Formats: sequence, C-alpha cells, structure tokens
Amino acid sequence: MRAALARAWDSDLAYSFRRSPVTVAAALVALACVTGALCAPWLAPHNPFDLASLNLLDAFTPPAWTAKGSSTFLLGTDDQGRDVLSTIMYGARISLAVGGAAVLLSMLVGVALGLVAGYFGGALDAFIMRVADVQLSFPAILIALLIDGVARVMLPHEAQDVIAIPVLVLAIGASGWVQYARTVRGSTLVEKNKEYVQAARVIGRRPAAIMLAHVLPNVTGPVLVIGTIHIATAIITEATLSFLGVGVPPTRPSLGTLIRVGNDFLFSGEWWITVFPGIALVALALSVNLLGDWLRDALNPRLR
Amino acid sequence: MSGPLLEVRGLRVEFPTRRGRLVAVDGVSFSIAPGEVLGVVGESGAGKSLTGMAIIGLLEPPGRIAAGEILLEGERIDRLPPERMRRIRGRRIGAIFQDPLTSLNPLYTIGEQLVETILTHLGLGREGARRRALELLAEVGIPAPESRFSHYPHQFSGGMRQRVVIALALAAEPRLVIADEPTTALDVSIQAQIVALLKRLAREHGTAVMLITHDMGVIAETADRVAVMYAGRIAEIGPVGEVIHAARHPYTAGLMGSIPRVASGGAQRRGRLAQIEGSMPRLAAIPGGCAFHPRCPRRLARCSLERPSQVPVAANQVACWLYAERG
Amino acid sequence: MPSAVEQPLLRLRGLGRDFDVSRPWLNRMLERAPRQLLRAVDEVSFEVRRGETLALVGESGCGKSTVARLIVGLYAPSRGAVEFDGIELTDPGRAAEARAARRRMQMIFQDPYASLDPRWRVRDIVAEPIRVLGLARTRGAERSRVRELLAQVGLAAEDGDKFPHEFSGGQRQRISIARALSGNPEFLVCDEPTSALDVSVQAQILNLMSELQSRLGLTYLFISHNLAVVSHVADRVGVMYLGRLVELAEAAELFARPRHPYTRMLLDAVPRLEAIGARRTPVAGEVPDPLAPPTGCAFHPRCPHANARCAAERPALEGTGARRIACHAVSEGRLAPSA
Repeated sequence: MRAALARAWDSDLAYSFRRSPVTVAAALVALACVTGALCAPWLAPHNPFDLASLNLLDAFTPPAWTAKGSSTFLLGTDDQGRDVLSTIMYGARISLAVGGAAVLLSMLVGVALGLVAGYFGGALDAFIMRVADVQLSFPAILIALLIDGVARVMLPHEAQDVIAIPVLVLAIGASGWVQYARTVRGSTLVEKNKEYVQAARVIGRRPAAIMLAHVLPNVTGPVLVIGTIHIATAIITEATLSFLGVGVPPTRPSLGTLIRVGNDFLFSGEWWITVFPGIALVALALSVNLLGDWLRDALNPRLR
Repeated sequence: MSGPLLEVRGLRVEFPTRRGRLVAVDGVSFSIAPGEVLGVVGESGAGKSLTGMAIIGLLEPPGRIAAGEILLEGERIDRLPPERMRRIRGRRIGAIFQDPLTSLNPLYTIGEQLVETILTHLGLGREGARRRALELLAEVGIPAPESRFSHYPHQFSGGMRQRVVIALALAAEPRLVIADEPTTALDVSIQAQIVALLKRLAREHGTAVMLITHDMGVIAETADRVAVMYAGRIAEIGPVGEVIHAARHPYTAGLMGSIPRVASGGAQRRGRLAQIEGSMPRLAAIPGGCAFHPRCPRRLARCSLERPSQVPVAANQVACWLYAERG
Repeated sequence: MPSAVEQPLLRLRGLGRDFDVSRPWLNRMLERAPRQLLRAVDEVSFEVRRGETLALVGESGCGKSTVARLIVGLYAPSRGAVEFDGIELTDPGRAAEARAARRRMQMIFQDPYASLDPRWRVRDIVAEPIRVLGLARTRGAERSRVRELLAQVGLAAEDGDKFPHEFSGGQRQRISIARALSGNPEFLVCDEPTSALDVSVQAQILNLMSELQSRLGLTYLFISHNLAVVSHVADRVGVMYLGRLVELAEAAELFARPRHPYTRMLLDAVPRLEAIGARRTPVAGEVPDPLAPPTGCAFHPRCPHANARCAAERPALEGTGARRIACHAVSEGRLAPSA
C-alpha cells in the first residue's frame, strides 16, 4: 500500500500537480468548500432549517467584525434570523449535489450516445449528431427552463416540491450531454480504426463487447476533464435557475436562492446576505474550473 | 576549399528530465568533405536524427547541445544566436526530412514556396527567382515544370513531392544537405529514383550530403562513407564497402548479418537470419563501458568497465576494445 | 513439404472489393459529379496449401492488405468468395459454419504501437482469445496457458503484469504473436509484421515466426512490400499491382527467373548490398491513381514490352502448375524467359 502511494506521489501527474501553486491553491479551496458542504450538519454553527431555533429579533445582524455584529453569527443573519454562514454551508450541499448529479447524468448519456454514434456510424451517427446540433443552437439555460417548465405543468401541484430537485438534475443534465457526445464520438472514430480494435474483431468479439471493453476505456480521458469543468457550469446553472425562481424549492435553498433572496436587500444596506453566498459560489466554481484546467494540461501528452 | 566542409567534434546532446540528464548523443565526431555523401546509419534510438537536428540547429527544447563543436567550412555554428543560425539554415545548410507530406505547406503552391526560399537567400529579383525555380524543378525531374509550378502539394504523388522537397533544399545552393530518412516513406521503386537523384546532384553541385537512414541498402548505393551509430555513439566509421563487407565492430557485423537479402541469381530457401540478442538500451539505462557489451558475443572483461575510443583498423575507425591493442 | 493433391487450406475465387469514395451525396448532386468506386481488389484468385508460407508482395496501394482483411472478415467482399478448408466463408447461408471456421485463423498486424490496447495488461491481451473462444475451463488453466504462450514467444511470465507501453516495438510484436497463437489457430495472416521494426529486431521476429511455424504446424499468409524479407520466409510468392494478381510462383523460381515485367522491375529496385555504388536503371513512372486505372493491363503505361493489345485487353492469370502470370507479352512469347 505504501509502495503504491509512493509511486502515485512520484508519478508525472502528481508531480505536475505539486509544481503548480495555482492548482494546489485551487485544490485546497475546493476541498474546503466540499468539506464544509458535506459536513454541514456537524460543522455548521447553527441549523438554519430548524424553525424552532430561529429568532426574528436576530434578523439583519451584520457580520461579526462590524460594529453591531455578534460572534454567534460570524457572517451575519438574513431577513429571517438565519445564520448566513450556516446557510451557505447547507446551500452549498444542494448546489454540489445537484451539480454533481447533473454532470453524472450528462456524462452517462453523452458518452453512451457518442460511443454508439462513432462506432456504428451511418444513419445512426447522422441522426444523433443532428439532434446534438439542434440542441446546441439553444442556450443551455433555455433548455433547462423548458424542461423545468414542462415538468411543472405536467406534474400535480403537491408533488412539485419533492420532484423539484430530480427535475432540476434532469434539466441541467439534459442540457449538457452534447459536449461529451461530440468528444467521445471523435475519439471513437479514431480508436475504431486502430489495429487493436480490428484484432478484437478478428478474435470474434461482438460490437457491444468491443465498445465497452476496448474503446470506452481509451476515450474517457477528455471526458474527465470536461466533467470537472462542467461541474462548475452545472453549479452556476443551478444557481441561475434558483435565482430566477425556477430551481430548488424555497424550503431547501441553494446558493442561488440565497443570492436571490439577498438581492432584495442589497441596496438597503444589508449587503452581507447576498455577497457572502456570491463569494462562496465564485470560490467553488473557480477552484473547480482551475482544477479542470490543470487536469486537461496534465493529461495532454503533447504538452508534456 | 581544402579542409572538410562539415566537421563535428565530440558532439554531446542532452535532455534534462526531472529524473536526471539523458544523453542522447555522446561524443560523436566525424567530418564530411565537399561532394561526399556520408551515410549515418543506426536503429531507432541510436541518436542519428538528433545529430542531424543538432547540426541544423533545430533541436527541440529541452534538448540541448551540452558539449562539442560543429564547424561548417571552418566556422563554428553550434553556439550561434538564433537569428544568425536562421540565415545559415537554408542558405548554407539544406534539409530534407522523411515525410514529404508535412515538409511542404499545403496552402501555397510549390512555385510560391520555391520562390520564397530563393528570394530569402539569394539576391535575385522575382523574375530571376522564378526562372531559377523552374530550372530546379527540371533538374529534380519534375515533368512539365511550367505547368506544375502553380500546383499545390496535394496534387503531387509522394515521390514527386519528395523531389520538390529536394528542390527546395537545393534552392539556395547550400554547401551541405542533411537528409533525414528521405526515402523511408516512399515505395521501393520510387526510392531508387530519389536515391539516384540525390547522388547525381551531390556530384554535380559539389554539395556534401549527410544521409541519415536505417536502410543499409540505400546506404550501399548512395554513400561514400558510412558511420554506424549505437546508443548515441559511433561504433564504426569508414568507406562504405569496407563497413558493409568487412565490418570490424561486432554490432556492425551483427547488423549486416541480420539484413535479409535476395541472393543474386536466385534460390535461397528460408535461411535463418543471424540475430543479435536483446535490444538497444533505453536512454535512461545505457550500460557503462561499451554500450553494446551486454549483447556482444565477443565481449572482454574490459568492455563493461571502460568506454572504448576509436582506433583505426585498416580503412575504418572502430570503437571496440578488440582492436585496441593493435593500435 | 505439403502434398499438392490434398485440398488447400485457403482458396480465394475471383475475390473483389470496391470502396465507395464518392463525395458526399449533396456535393455530388450540386456538382453533378459521378460516383467514384475504388477497386482495391480485382479478381484475385489463389490457394494456400497447408503448412506453407505464401507471401503477397506489392507496393503501397496494390491491395494486399485489403486481401488480408477480406480473408479474416474485417471487410466483406464485393465479389467472389473465400473458402477455408472447403467451407465458404462468404456465403450468408452458412454463417454459423463460417464463424466456426474463422476461429481457426488469426491475424498479426503491422503497427506494434496500435495493435495492443494500451489500457489492458499484457496477460489480458494474450488471454482474450482464450476467453472469447472458451478454451480454458478455469482461471488457473487460463493463467498457465498465458504463461506458456509468453515463454513461447520469448517473454517472461512477469511481463504479463505490465502494460504495452512498457515494451519496445519488437517485444510488442511478440505479444501480438502470443495473442494470435492463444486461439490455437491453424492459419495466420501476417500483415507486414516486421515493417515497423528495426533490422536486428526484424531478424529476431522472423526467426521466431519460422520456429513457431515448424513447431506448431502453422500456415502463413505473409503480406509485405519488402522483397528481401519475403525471400527469407516464403515458399510461394504472389505479386500484386493495382488490386490485381500479376504473378504467382514458387519463391525460388520467382527470384531466380522473374517473368512478369512488374516483378522484374520490383526485383531490380531492391537495393543490393553487394552492388556498392552501382545502381541498375531506375524504373520510369509511378503507380497510377487507383481511381482511374489504366485500361487493359494496369501496368502497360510503365511496361517496356507493352503493345496495343496490352492497352486494350486485360490479361488473365494463366499458367501451368505452380506458375501463373497475367501478361500478354509472356503468353504471346514476346518476352524472353531469362531475367
């Protein structure tokens, strides 16, 4: 085990990671955000969703370091007396969960369609790619809004709150599969003509087996990089949708909801309600983006 | 011009990596006289292409010339600033690379590319440059040069493209041409044509040619002298007939033995080819002493300890302890 | 030497394959351009006898690699048939038999860097045919068979744990050979197996293949553009030009007394280590565009013996016994047999 770890530390990938201060910093920030979000129930000073613990008198408390602040509420409270820091941590949970799930969905759909299109070619390939082209001509946000809107109309009102998050995941996921499909299709076209795939055909393996056992492992490299950067985009998309009011239900606010809610108070002096969630969102998205950049450069054999 | 046109002394090319310095060319020395064709032969990883690149000044960083001297017509060119090296390239040194497809810019006609090279290096006007370009095309055997002048590279076949590349290399009348695997990507019948062309041009123009290849057959027919490289060092260097038929170095002998030949006059059923055991060492793991000793059927105790220096043996120079005593 | 009376292991009858290289449909409509069909393989027929090595030689674009792929089923033929041990592989009605027959043949590819899956360990690469064909009952049996195969090709048992990129070109070809042998084939199609290798490594691989052939009783179809290599490995040689078979003969005969003008030209062009400095007259012209092949005999524009008939009528492959030639000059007696 130790030997394996030592080898991993010494590998080219880990070396390039260690050498780039920006990447290390980004990784630390991302780690902090993710830990804060995942361990919110244990780390957060308060539970903002416990209605019993809220006190309206605490509302609009400014951050701890200002004149009227209090150390119980490090970053202040919002209009309902909820601790902003705790709300950020719980909200980040939702953001990460939705973002992560949406990316996973996009990846699965995109990679599968890309593999099939690239391997079989012909009419199937043409069809999938035309669908992709059509979808690309719409902004992702609009597609997500569309799916969300249709779901709201179709589903019964009582189920709305429960269904909201899965629908959101579906909406963001469905708007993002195209990039994966295109990349994987391109790589599949290249790998398909390589002799190891031909060797597998001569041995007598079926196309599905060849795709999964041989082609898939060799085309997933760029997928990882796209996925990392896509997480940031997905989180921001979710924040945008929540900001617009069509994302997560208000009972379970995400970072986007917080920003929206705080927006109303921005110019009346209670700036901390929207600024801190905003900084948290930027920090999370930026750090994940930088990690993705590093990964793409580190994995590119030509740049080594 | 009495001395050699190109002289390389103790050339050493290194690649610094995070695991240490890799020596790809280690103490290589040779010279080429005007009008002479020197073949540099070796298997992949022997360092022959890097030697050529070092001479032209096109080593890709982090590779660098760590030691040694390169003299072109008596003048040192290995430590020149990039601008001066650029002027020497093309004008006094021409280059022919392996893949004619990527040696030519697909977006310009070959006429334009020729004229551009001529204008850059020779002081001719546009008209003069065009005339010279047409002369060159005829000289390398392109039929109907006037009409092909305005054709694009993709309109030529592989062999024709390589002829155009040769024309480009010769456009500025260089004194030295470095040809790196010029026939490897071509069919065997075209190879014959290109090889004959190179030889003829070298004779007629008095150009020195450094022909880098792994194909001994091409060397046999084109080169005057040949240097055999192994693991970044020259194992043996001498007149081509001597090296091929009277190889002294065990590696050269092994190499010659393993080359399949069509026996002249026919029948030769399925002989087993002589083989050298093992394979060329990786750059990171070059053996101490003589680099070939682990695979050598005639090694002595001394071979693993000390690296042999070149000693003259008949007409050849051989780097092998077997001959050291004879001096 | 295999008996000439018994049924050949492989027989090709009038095999042909076209590739549609037309421009996309829309472009064709707008430019009124015709369909363009590339005849990569055109009326190729020959047999391979059990236990022998038949070499197919020719320059690039002559169709020899396409023939190899037609035989193993990577392409379907446009015309003609492939028969293996009497079973017609290309007959859609006998698909199950054909599949079973195909299991008895394997292929070795040219590029050692692309013919092994870079993400698979060597032991899995070699074991793949064993698994697919169900040749080992237990994992233990499979593992020991893999070790045996690796030893057979001159590799160590520990090499099974490594990945392809940790090996040199020659070693990768050994792995390819081990993989091909693990399915217990009778027939191996070798597509330029040593063209990408250094000369000393090539010697090792050729010697290895020769040993394996005599030890395991294999039959080889050896594709190459290198006549010198072919002269060392082949019993019989077929020469291809622009998709057609122009000469077929016993190797010794072909190299001693080549008859077809193209074969002579090809042999002439092989650089000889003996002829230091000298060179026979290089041949004129280049291989024509396969999309627009010459009429009649494909070689006639470059042939010093061509006449009017050669330009008009395509010569058939005819001949006696083991020797077959497609040339009007030869069949009309215009061409003296001596080289």
